[in-house]
Amino acid sequence: MRVEERVEQGGWLGESLPPFIGLHRCGTPDFRGRARLSAGAGLEYFLQQMINGLTLGSIYGLIAIGYTMVYGIIGMINFAHGEVYMIGSFIAVIAFTLLSAAGIAAVPLGIVAVLLAAVFFTAVYGWAIERVAYRPLRGAPKIAPLISAIGMSIFLQNYVQLAQGARVKPIPPVVRGSFELLHLDGFTVRLTFIQIFIILTTVVLMIGFTYLITRTSFGRQQRSCEQDRTMASLLGVNVDRTISATFVIGAALAAVAGVMVTMYYGVVDFYIGFLAGMKAFTAAVLGGIGSLPGAMLGGLLIGLIEALFSAYFSIEYKDVASFSILILVLMFMPSGLLGRPEIEKV
Amino acid sequence: MTQGAMGMAARPAIDYAALLKDAALAAFVVFFLAFPLIGLQTYDQGGALAVRGRWDLLAYAVIIGFVGRFLFQLAMLFKPVKSTKEPSDASLARQRQIGMIIRYALLGIALTMPFLPFSDRSWLDRGINVLIYVMLGWGLNIVVGLAGLLDLGYVAFYAVGAYSYALLSLNFGLNFWVCLPLAGLFAALFGVLLGAPTLRLRGDYLAIVTLGFGEIIRVVLLNWGSLSGGPNGIASIPRMDFFGLFPFGNREGAFHTVFGIEYERTHQIIFTYFVILALALMTNWMVNRLRKLPLGRAWEALREDEIACKSLGMNPTNTKLSAFAIGAMLGGFAGSFFAAKQGFINPESFTFMESATILAIVVLGGMGSQMGVVFAAIFLVLLPEVTRDFEQSRMLLFGAAMILIMVWRPKGVISHREPTLRLNPVKGA
Amino acid sequence: MTQYDDSAVKEPLLQVDGLTMRFGGLIAIDNLSLVAGKGQITAIIGPNGAGKTTLFNCLTGFYKPTEGNLSFFHPAKTLQLQKLENHKVAQVAGVVRTFQNIRLFPKMTLLENLIVAQHNALMKASGYTFLGLFNLGGYAKAEKAAVEKAKYWLDQIGLTHRADEEAGNLPYGAQRRVEIARAMCVGPRMLCLDEPAAGLNPSESLELNTLLFRIRDQEKIGILLIEHDMSVVMKVSDRIYVLDHGKRIAAGTPDEIRNDPIVIKAYLGEDEDAELPPEIAADLAMRG
Repeated sequence: MRVEERVEQGGWLGESLPPFIGLHRCGTPDFRGRARLSAGAGLEYFLQQMINGLTLGSIYGLIAIGYTMVYGIIGMINFAHGEVYMIGSFIAVIAFTLLSAAGIAAVPLGIVAVLLAAVFFTAVYGWAIERVAYRPLRGAPKIAPLISAIGMSIFLQNYVQLAQGARVKPIPPVVRGSFELLHLDGFTVRLTFIQIFIILTTVVLMIGFTYLITRTSFGRQQRSCEQDRTMASLLGVNVDRTISATFVIGAALAAVAGVMVTMYYGVVDFYIGFLAGMKAFTAAVLGGIGSLPGAMLGGLLIGLIEALFSAYFSIEYKDVASFSILILVLMFMPSGLLGRPEIEKV
Repeated sequence: MTQGAMGMAARPAIDYAALLKDAALAAFVVFFLAFPLIGLQTYDQGGALAVRGRWDLLAYAVIIGFVGRFLFQLAMLFKPVKSTKEPSDASLARQRQIGMIIRYALLGIALTMPFLPFSDRSWLDRGINVLIYVMLGWGLNIVVGLAGLLDLGYVAFYAVGAYSYALLSLNFGLNFWVCLPLAGLFAALFGVLLGAPTLRLRGDYLAIVTLGFGEIIRVVLLNWGSLSGGPNGIASIPRMDFFGLFPFGNREGAFHTVFGIEYERTHQIIFTYFVILALALMTNWMVNRLRKLPLGRAWEALREDEIACKSLGMNPTNTKLSAFAIGAMLGGFAGSFFAAKQGFINPESFTFMESATILAIVVLGGMGSQMGVVFAAIFLVLLPEVTRDFEQSRMLLFGAAMILIMVWRPKGVISHREPTLRLNPVKGA
Repeated sequence: MTQYDDSAVKEPLLQVDGLTMRFGGLIAIDNLSLVAGKGQITAIIGPNGAGKTTLFNCLTGFYKPTEGNLSFFHPAKTLQLQKLENHKVAQVAGVVRTFQNIRLFPKMTLLENLIVAQHNALMKASGYTFLGLFNLGGYAKAEKAAVEKAKYWLDQIGLTHRADEEAGNLPYGAQRRVEIARAMCVGPRMLCLDEPAAGLNPSESLELNTLLFRIRDQEKIGILLIEHDMSVVMKVSDRIYVLDHGKRIAAGTPDEIRNDPIVIKAYLGEDEDAELPPEIAADLAMRG
């Protein structure tokens, strides 16, 4: 019964820790009672962690696509991308609150409305960030856009903090309920509806996105700019517009991730972009930066690693685990799982 | 008229209609940016979240967007075109002279500051804070400004220094003056540990790895309670004494009795002030000296072209590693000073925002410029005193300033770089 | 291993044996062998994409060759260049290169560029910075010597009067000369020049020839030269290798190469009526 309650409150057994919240504030008890279980439920516990990890990984994967696309096309790390995702989450919180105040009861309709609002407004942010902080710096020494991106990240974080306050923003659960998959030794493996929603949405988005990149005219332009921007522009591709569109799409996917995280954990604060951004970037690097399937694969892996590491080793050090993976991958496998090795041009 | 003849003769007439249209477009975009986050505000209503409109703020945002874009575009039109002509020797000499005067004036102020009539405890505290940031800025400048490596986790070395002193003095009863070099050494060691595997990475990868490393250090400090005291940190860290000879305090054998002067509580603070001033000046001397040594030139060469460096037989990894280690060491010095001055440390003082602040000082000061760092640090510490509001929006402005400076002058704010050695002496010097 | 007769090279300095470089499916260099001698200018010519720059990248450690040996006859012992770390090729073997698209340190002055080239010697003299920091251990003297060396090479390229200017502000032709002078400041045993005449006007080309002769005759080092400008190649080279599609198709003195039917075919293609490439046509015309 208690498990049931916790699920309905949006807290999550085993996972138990909204992954991006709390760690930056020392002294905050940052997780709600971790469930340690009897040895008998080992497999079930593991299965539960896999489900949680896949859910988390879908979210990382969606954010990671933004990193990898931008990297592919202009060869820089968009440090502000984590903040874009954070803005998406905030817009989702605001939209959900507005909807509930307006008394809109139809959940599916509400979710679609929130998704549309978050995607639209966040995409404007994505566009504006590129226009303001990166476009003027094309062709500048490499360190300049990096510093500009850091500046943008700092700016957005503090902007949201000032505009919306530093406190954690909670919303009531939007979707309740779950399937019971297995039940053994007092431990139930659950797949909540919201997890199904997250995983399904991610799969649909990935299929649509793959179609966009591989089959459409925009996709061709995008890929041509990735390979040779000068040549693409000579052949009549509007490079500026393609780069803008890349930022817009990356921001839109991050917004979807933001909406889903808001629904999953029910809380958001201005700092979530930092850690989520770091992890999504790790995912992009692990999958091979520049590779779209790689970003998704990396996201899933990082989600799984994080869920399993928290469950079996230490929840306090799970971020250390992610960052260590980042450093190790960069050292030993810089082109990632699915990326192409870079040849140094002399 | 004379102005027109001097600088603006070649400029095309300003197309105000286009500028206004552009500004209107910007205002339009700002509306969509500001609508969800400024126009709507979440607030707490009886435990649940509610949303209210702030249409006045939204309107201001749109107006600021319009005016700001208009002025920015105008400013970009008047941005000085980089003259192909080298500045004349005479003007360079004059610049150098003015630079010298400012330098000595600042040094004079710094040296006499504790004895000025207005300087009380709080002014000394401010002075100490400025100098800590100056020192950190100069230290990071080696890594970012000279070697061109973007280090986003610099505060980790500051933390290592601080915790080194705290732990060494509390656990082994070691004196500050023994711990200071040790703390620097530990920080340098951490710099090498981080740098050795990662410095061969491309610049942006390095940036994010250092960012991750800074976080790792902080998370470990936060959770390794038995060592670091966890989130509560370490308290009652011994203050520094007079070069390990005698303590400060109102008792027999302390500083004032040795020198036969009246006991005053500010003695310790004044001494602390001079310690950080000395540390900062040492840093400055070291950076200036290093620039004129093969190592410093190698850093700058690496920043310019790593491939060329390799072709000349230079080991790029070792060269970068030395920049990292020396920068880390200076951060470690500053950290142990901070712990001794504060008497209390916890992981709160070593967040990414602190790294970002130090980076902002280096960037705002004009990368590679020593004096710029001083002004940026003074600006950073003193402005919150002037307006309370600034405290809140300080980082917001810093972030915005970092973007603006990069967009304005992507190659760094300083345009003139003083050569490290000359074949032909400067005329008029 | 070598099926060629390179015995014409009297004092071999570099011997390339069966060098192959593959990038995925692309074979940039295919079982290439050649010898470059001390005190000689050895030119490598061939159409674009023949693998000339790739050869340089293999020699100077920027690429690890797929197969083959790069033996360098250092007076102390024979070195295998392909086994050396990138920067060690210059530091230990003394094989120093320039780049097709000039790589100076643009914000540093000419003098500083030439001092950075003496990095390893100066680092030692400064006690790896520890002594130099306090001006101990004769660092000042070492630096003075380094400046003298830099000044010598600035004199050689005629740019002493601009020593304190930023390298990036110099005209193109001057930057090319600075890059050569900078390479010479390393104290090389072999100098690899990647298209040093590209973008030079005729009078600058002539100055380049003089400079190359001076380096060869006074410093007695080997020069390996990639060049398209036949007016330079034919005049300065002691020996020429012709590459096509990563393979060596001919070797010999400028006169032998000029009359080699295989070379002419490689440049002209199978079609007998095709026009000569302008550089060869001009050269042939000049020589009557």
